[in-house]
Amino acid sequence: MAKISLTVNGRAVTANVDPRTLLVQFLREQLRLTGSHVGCDTSQCGACVVHLDGKAVKSCTTLAVMADGHEVVTIEGLAPDGAALHPMQQAFYEHHGLQCGYCTPGMIMTAVDLVQRKGHELSEQTIRDELEGNLCRCTGYQNIVMAIAAGAKAMAPGGAA
Amino acid sequence: MYPFKYHRPATVRQAANLLAKHEEARPIAGGHTLLPVMKQRLAAPPHLVDLSHIEGLGEIAMQGRALMIGAAATHAEVAGSATVQAAIPALAELAAEIGDPAVRHRGTIGGSLANNDPAADYPAAVLALGATIVTSKRRLKADQFFQGLFTTALDPDEIITKIMLPLPKKAAYCKFRNPASRYALVGVFVAKRPGDVRVAVTGAGADGVFRLSAAEAALQKRFHSKMLGGLHVAADGLTSDLHGSAAYRAHLIAVLTRRAVEAAQARPDKVAAQPAALEPVS
Ligand SMILES: Cc1cc2nc3c(=O)[nH]c(=O)nc-3n(C[C@H](O)[C@H](O)[C@H](O)COP(=O)(O)OP(=O)(O)OC[C@H]3O[C@@H](n4cnc5c(N)ncnc54)[C@H](O)[C@@H]3O)c2cc1C
Ligand code: FES
Ligand code: FES
Repeated sequence: MAKISLTVNGRAVTANVDPRTLLVQFLREQLRLTGSHVGCDTSQCGACVVHLDGKAVKSCTTLAVMADGHEVVTIEGLAPDGAALHPMQQAFYEHHGLQCGYCTPGMIMTAVDLVQRKGHELSEQTIRDELEGNLCRCTGYQNIVMAIAAGAKAMAPGGAA
Repeated sequence: MYPFKYHRPATVRQAANLLAKHEEARPIAGGHTLLPVMKQRLAAPPHLVDLSHIEGLGEIAMQGRALMIGAAATHAEVAGSATVQAAIPALAELAAEIGDPAVRHRGTIGGSLANNDPAADYPAAVLALGATIVTSKRRLKADQFFQGLFTTALDPDEIITKIMLPLPKKAAYCKFRNPASRYALVGVFVAKRPGDVRVAVTGAGADGVFRLSAAEAALQKRFHSKMLGGLHVAADGLTSDLHGSAAYRAHLIAVLTRRAVEAAQARPDKVAAQPAALEPVS
């Protein structure tokens, strides 16, 4: 077992883990943060995307021990205490950017990272390119792209969804 | 995934010692090749030596006339580096096309080179640019480094520390992406260097990345896509799989080589503007 200490959604966490524990397993099974999903075994679907030190990463392809000393934010951390939804979550809700919802946490974490890197005015092509690593089996992406464009604007200072 | 012991060294020397001490220990950098393979139980190293916390191993800087990229630099760091964009823009563009944003946040140039996947992008750039791979033990020329599918000149306890890339006059990379995996179905990197022209092909060779000598010879005479009019690429020695036949890949190589040369031609000359002050004074 290895002892790890990290910050998850703003809270300090210390735990003992088997080194082979994936970050997503640690989040879901030990911390009971079940918003991050596992949709594949090949690192391709993006349902597990969380932020590690502010950057979107696939938590199924990162060991929990590799996150020792670092900062993790999951979908649960976007709207803490069940307060108002994050603008990107609100945009997915308003634009019907989900059907079954399985891919949604990863889509939203990827979208928030995208806005942090590329700003609030995102072309459709940019959004589609940036969603390379997130698969949705339900929606056909159309509404996801619309939701991300709207969410990006709403995240601007003074913006509204 | 089978159990293993995890080590987090702070220096390259510590990491190399751990690898030498524990048989079958493997370094892990971004983990974006190694972890999927371990999940499938195709690899089961009893010890993992994490390189991602070694200070300075991801540094990017100019060193004289060469661009230095630390082994732990992520694809996103290379793509976003103003130094790389100014020195070898084709390399920044190549890095920006690897996988997807999350893969680029974790995957590293050192991991990609050590893995030498026959469809990976970096090997084409490193071979065409005539780079030197610096390790914990020695310096290896790109021509010696790549030794066939998933095989390199590295010893099991040897760590890539940095890549030294001499600046080309012009360079470009053209990749035909496999739409499902985003790896190169075929990728061609063309470099017009101060003394010669080098062309390297990834994705297509049954033995991994290789140089396209026929195109190099033609472009040596004059660096122009017209020189490739008679270029015929044989399908012998190329990969055939469910994604494409060897003949299809041969066709793509010729098309992408032409496009890469055209893209390179469109760039302003580099190096020519280097200050003479860098010459040694005798
Ligand atoms: C969904 C997906 C899409 C991808 N698409 C592409 C693509 O389009 N093009 C592409 O080129 N790649 C692609 N990749 C691969 C990706 O670029 C990997 O990150 C990269 O090949 C390996 O880098 P890493 O740092 O993750 O290495 P790791 O997985 O940590 O290690 C890979 C191997 O290299 C060894 N190693 C790592 N660092 C060193 C070092 N410094 N010295 C010696 N040995 C070392 C390890 O022991 C291991 O054997 C993709 C991966 C995924 C998951
Ligand atoms: S579960 Fe992580 S990419 Fe599919
Ligand atoms: S909403 Fe069902 S997978 Fe995307």
